[in-house]
Amino acid sequence: MANRPRPLSPHLTIYRWPITMILSIMHRVTGAALSFGMMVFILWLVTIAFSQSGYDFFLLIMKSWLGQLALFLWSFAFFLHFCNGIRHLYWDTGRGFNKDKVELSARLVILGSVVLTVFFWLAK
Amino acid sequence: MAEFRLPLKSRVKKGKHFVAPGDTKNVKRFIVYRYDPDISDNPRMDTFDIDMDNCGPMVLDVLIKIKNEIDPTLTFRRSCREGICGSCAMNINGGNTLACTISADSVMGDTKIYPLPHMPVIKDLVPDLTNFYAQYASIKPWLQNKTNPPEGSERIQSKEDQEKIDEPAACILCACCSTSCPSYWWNSDRFLGPAALLASYRWLVDSRDDAQEERLNDLEDSFRLYRCHTIMNCTNTCPKGLNPAEAIANTKKMLIERHT
Repeated sequence: MANRPRPLSPHLTIYRWPITMILSIMHRVTGAALSFGMMVFILWLVTIAFSQSGYDFFLLIMKSWLGQLALFLWSFAFFLHFCNGIRHLYWDTGRGFNKDKVELSARLVILGSVVLTVFFWLAK
Repeated sequence: MAEFRLPLKSRVKKGKHFVAPGDTKNVKRFIVYRYDPDISDNPRMDTFDIDMDNCGPMVLDVLIKIKNEIDPTLTFRRSCREGICGSCAMNINGGNTLACTISADSVMGDTKIYPLPHMPVIKDLVPDLTNFYAQYASIKPWLQNKTNPPEGSERIQSKEDQEKIDEPAACILCACCSTSCPSYWWNSDRFLGPAALLASYRWLVDSRDDAQEERLNDLEDSFRLYRCHTIMNCTNTCPKGLNPAEAIANTKKMLIERHT
């Protein structure tokens, strides 16, 4: 069986994900979620500008449990992306690359975004 | 776009089970990726129950025992058995490392052994590293000078300048880092990967090298260098404890500083 194409070795499914890799993927996922959330935000502005009944309907949806859940997840996505963005800025200065430090900063980002999300919802 | 699933012909099936002799007390189970290019079949996972009372301490010792006593067709690269040649790099329990420097009982329970991730497999645990070596060659890993060395002498370097290249020069090109990197998995055709970029950095900071400008020009590319998204798998997995991610960050910094 010469010249048979070689198989590709397993990757994503067999690799043990370090916390830094999980956070990197979360950064991308939350970035995409925020882009989508921005469209909802613009829709909100559009209803304010053009239609009283549309605005009332928008509020009705957002005050439903589904709307509240979406807003909660959106706020968490925002704070995680925000905190991890600061981590990336720090890295861009060439610092914080020590193996222990990247672990520590990953944990701090997760802790920070959870705390900020909770404070945000308690304070509103 | 990244292809997350394995091609149909690459998906791994269940394989054979080699049980240990009946009177064995200290048994440990190793589940090993097998692929035979001479058989028209998918790769499979073979299970080997190993008598650890009659086996060396490292994962490489286990593989050699399997090859010597159980299945002589098991194929893997190995040479120095002391972590300096980089031949026995493979994925052990979900992390890329050298089979010769990781203890066989470093984890409780079964040990899973795969070839380096997202690579074409030649046979069993032997990946095709052609592209990886070509990328290393592409960064021109040699001293480039525009002047001749001083008359009757070699190019002298201060102790501090030597220290800058000590760490990146300690890379053994085992490919653990590059094949741990998701960016490299999805874009190995265009992204150089951590190993080649660490090697590149070793020449960028060499005080005797005159080609820094040209080297930086070659790297300034949205794929070759900038596909690094600081995922940090390279630094986490390096069996020599080196830091390719830091070298890449410093390379990006050099490029920014060049523009200001």
